[in-house]
Amino acid sequence: MTAISYQAKRINLKEKVFEKTLTLSAIVVVIILLAIFFTLLINSMPSIKALGTKFFYDKTWDPVADEFGALPFLIGTLLTSFLALVISTPFSIAVAIFLGEYYKKGIVAEIFKNVIDHLAGIPSVIYGFWGLFVLVPMVRVLEMKLNLPPYGVGIFTSSIILAIMILPFSVSLSRQVISMVPADLKEAAYSLGATRYEVITKIIIPHTKSGLFAGLLLALGRALGETMAVTMLIGNTHQIPTGIFSPGNTMASVIANEFSEATGKIYTSALIEMGLFLFVVATIINILGKQVIKRFTLS
Amino acid sequence: MILHQNKIMNNKLFADLEIEKQIAHRNKKNKAFKGIIIAGTIISTLPLLLILFYIFKQGITAINWDFFTNLPKPVGETGGGVANALVGSVLILLVSCVLAIPVGIIIGIYLSEATKSRLAYYCRLAVDVLQGIPSIVIGIIIYEWIVRPMGGFSAFSGSVALALMMLPAIVKSTEETLKLLPESLKEASLALGVPYYKTILKIIVPTGLGGIMTGVILSIARVIGETAPLLFTAFGNPFMSTNIFKPMSSLPLIIFNYATSPYNDWHQLAWGASMLLILMILILNIITKIVQRKWKVQF
Amino acid sequence: MKFRTIILSLLVISFGLVSCGGNSNENNSSAKNDNEILGAGATFPYPFYSKVFDVYNKEKGIKVNYQSIGSGGGIKQLQNKTVDFGASDAPMSDEELSKSPAPIVHIPSCLGAVIITYNLPDNPSLKFTPEVLADIFLGKIKKWNDPNIMAINPGVKLPDLSISVIHRSDGSGTTYIFSDYLSKVNAEWNTKPGTGKSLDWPVGLGAKGNEGVSGLVKQTPGSIGYVELVYALQNKMPAATLKNKAGNFVEASLKSSSAAAAIDLPADMRVSLTNTDAPDGYPICSFTYLLIYKNQSYNNRTEASAKATIDLINYVIHEGQKYAEPLGYAPLPDAAVKKAEEILKFVAFGSKPLM
Repeated sequence: MTAISYQAKRINLKEKVFEKTLTLSAIVVVIILLAIFFTLLINSMPSIKALGTKFFYDKTWDPVADEFGALPFLIGTLLTSFLALVISTPFSIAVAIFLGEYYKKGIVAEIFKNVIDHLAGIPSVIYGFWGLFVLVPMVRVLEMKLNLPPYGVGIFTSSIILAIMILPFSVSLSRQVISMVPADLKEAAYSLGATRYEVITKIIIPHTKSGLFAGLLLALGRALGETMAVTMLIGNTHQIPTGIFSPGNTMASVIANEFSEATGKIYTSALIEMGLFLFVVATIINILGKQVIKRFTLS
Repeated sequence: MILHQNKIMNNKLFADLEIEKQIAHRNKKNKAFKGIIIAGTIISTLPLLLILFYIFKQGITAINWDFFTNLPKPVGETGGGVANALVGSVLILLVSCVLAIPVGIIIGIYLSEATKSRLAYYCRLAVDVLQGIPSIVIGIIIYEWIVRPMGGFSAFSGSVALALMMLPAIVKSTEETLKLLPESLKEASLALGVPYYKTILKIIVPTGLGGIMTGVILSIARVIGETAPLLFTAFGNPFMSTNIFKPMSSLPLIIFNYATSPYNDWHQLAWGASMLLILMILILNIITKIVQRKWKVQF
Repeated sequence: MKFRTIILSLLVISFGLVSCGGNSNENNSSAKNDNEILGAGATFPYPFYSKVFDVYNKEKGIKVNYQSIGSGGGIKQLQNKTVDFGASDAPMSDEELSKSPAPIVHIPSCLGAVIITYNLPDNPSLKFTPEVLADIFLGKIKKWNDPNIMAINPGVKLPDLSISVIHRSDGSGTTYIFSDYLSKVNAEWNTKPGTGKSLDWPVGLGAKGNEGVSGLVKQTPGSIGYVELVYALQNKMPAATLKNKAGNFVEASLKSSSAAAAIDLPADMRVSLTNTDAPDGYPICSFTYLLIYKNQSYNNRTEASAKATIDLINYVIHEGQKYAEPLGYAPLPDAAVKKAEEILKFVAFGSKPLM
């Protein structure tokens, strides 16, 4: 064999190895994801078999009596997430319009963009810590004025913190889609004598509706799985919340509180089933959001 | 005749007045709207300022030499420090980086190259789903996959959990960066006879290094504050430890434990640790911006 | 080229650090095993354990990593064999024991009292009877100025404030002790919620650990909670006086705890000390236990590691007892220490007794 063909063979080998590595790595990711899903599924089996659909509508979570109804936590999760969304949406749209339309470039834009990005960077546990010492006393004062027990913690407090935490996520996407509205659309409106307000409300918002919706979806997905801040601020009770100031629990915070000590097969399995549920719901919302974005950018 | 003309002029003036009134009204709405948007944006940024201000105010009093060098003291005794938690955080992160960075970059390379294959589609899907999984669910998974088979808690299991969470960010930034590079770069190299693997490894990746590094640093900033995945993996340790196969303390874990305790001493330590954590994240973000500017990253 | 070398060197350094950590694990496997002991469980005795383990570390150089994740957590992690010893205030039930992979023994470490703490303006000293206490935690008595409370506390000014019940959100031995007491004194409580580490509480907020409950009570006006005595002492929170079985109002103290424990103790030490007949006994007391497998040879546990664990436990029940009192725990009565020694005699590594 000549020197060149020998080298060519070596290179060929390296090529193959490289390409195989690339493909392998991609396969590994898919396998990891499938493995996550199946681990959750298999470990939830004991609870699925024992409880069936009762899991979702039984309102009693009583480990002593071996009764595991996740309804209170389902309600808690939905309540806090939707309340957080309701609180944060007006603000996130306002900021998105601010950064996407009024102040697209320049120092002001940079400052506010950085501030919102840093909001996303604060760890959840620090949000919870701050919430405990600043928000909770404020809510207590409010509750005493309203003649309610001054818990301080509860659905309301957790929803506020969640709203702050998910703001950056919906803002980043919304801002992008708002700033990408074709200039000729806007200019046509301006040339017809529209004010900026009218351009925003009648042209930009309708045009970016699906993008904004995707942003909200992503924020919702994030809120559903948020654990630490919620655990510290929600009051941790197994009862169904009776009002927005009452304590509650979310699926994520129950797992955090009780997983390391759940004894008994069904107990642990029920907690993992909640994890499975969170996984499935978060995945669906995530994929839905990305589909909406794709359709939006394609159009 | 003049009367008729006057009448027409009067009608016209009246119509003009109407139109002027309308325009004034619309202008007012326009200004008011802008005011609302600005107000909304400022309110949205308030929480960040409040949180940062509060943490720095409380945390600065806790920071002293003891804070950095002492280990936690038994319950009720003063003078403890967070030395082990700081070391723990850094070590756990280091191992996560070793695990996640190479894998993430390779997957990113694959996705930027093989855009049309089925595997690429599923791989991208898997990465997206992975990004959306709640951190507490990742904690459950790693507990089942690593902690139980290993027979114990360890910093290593915590690192694996964090690595899983870092992966999507690294993959995405690598893919985006490499996609933005001009095709001509790759084609020129291949035309010169450079083998494919060398082209990628020695030409494409180094050119895109800025974007890749940005993604890496951002992913580190994301997981440095994560608590939920460490709850039942790294577990915590009141002693200084550098053994990654044993339980290890970390900053977010002690913030969580101390914040929910009744001891003022511990609260002080938690504030100091929070300030430390936020400073570290801030520094990471600044490094990102510097990298972006220096290497002219575009995504 | 330059950044490649930076990255490569970073990778090498981190590999080095990582393998250093790993190496110290493999090369000195005996050092790893008997230099560090891992335990997890009850928050009830955590202040006591944290002091004793700290002293043990200073005297013998052995690191004991104890994580207070709650009694339920201690039991589960021991069942999963992820810790060297578990800790629980609630003795394991027959069912829990039968579900464990191998027999587990209970060694009492000290005696503690569950007290009722509260947050009221001026923090007056309050008395409670079992009926009133149960009704508060059942949610039947909702306000502090309820006539039932006022009747047993004449002369105390009670505000028109809602009672915020604070209970545990995690699986807790302290909850077990408290609910065990309430089940004995109140028929309705006995039916539901009953006795257990993790209950379906009819009212109230949950907090994690004794730490969490005392923290929340301290911050919430009008709240009431149940915690181990030392948490109230350390945080200068009030502790209510309770009416015991003999009809006397007793304060929680070392004396009243020890008095409550002056009963016949079973060989396996799984006993309830609540509502005992002792006339001066505080009605809500309990031993707190260290849990280990009777046969220490499992998984790849070394004999050295087993011996280290046993030595630690031996230390706790003997020399460690002097740290109980300053922290508000009652040291083990002699009868209990003797029974504990008997149990330890039968803990073996395979067929070889360790004591």
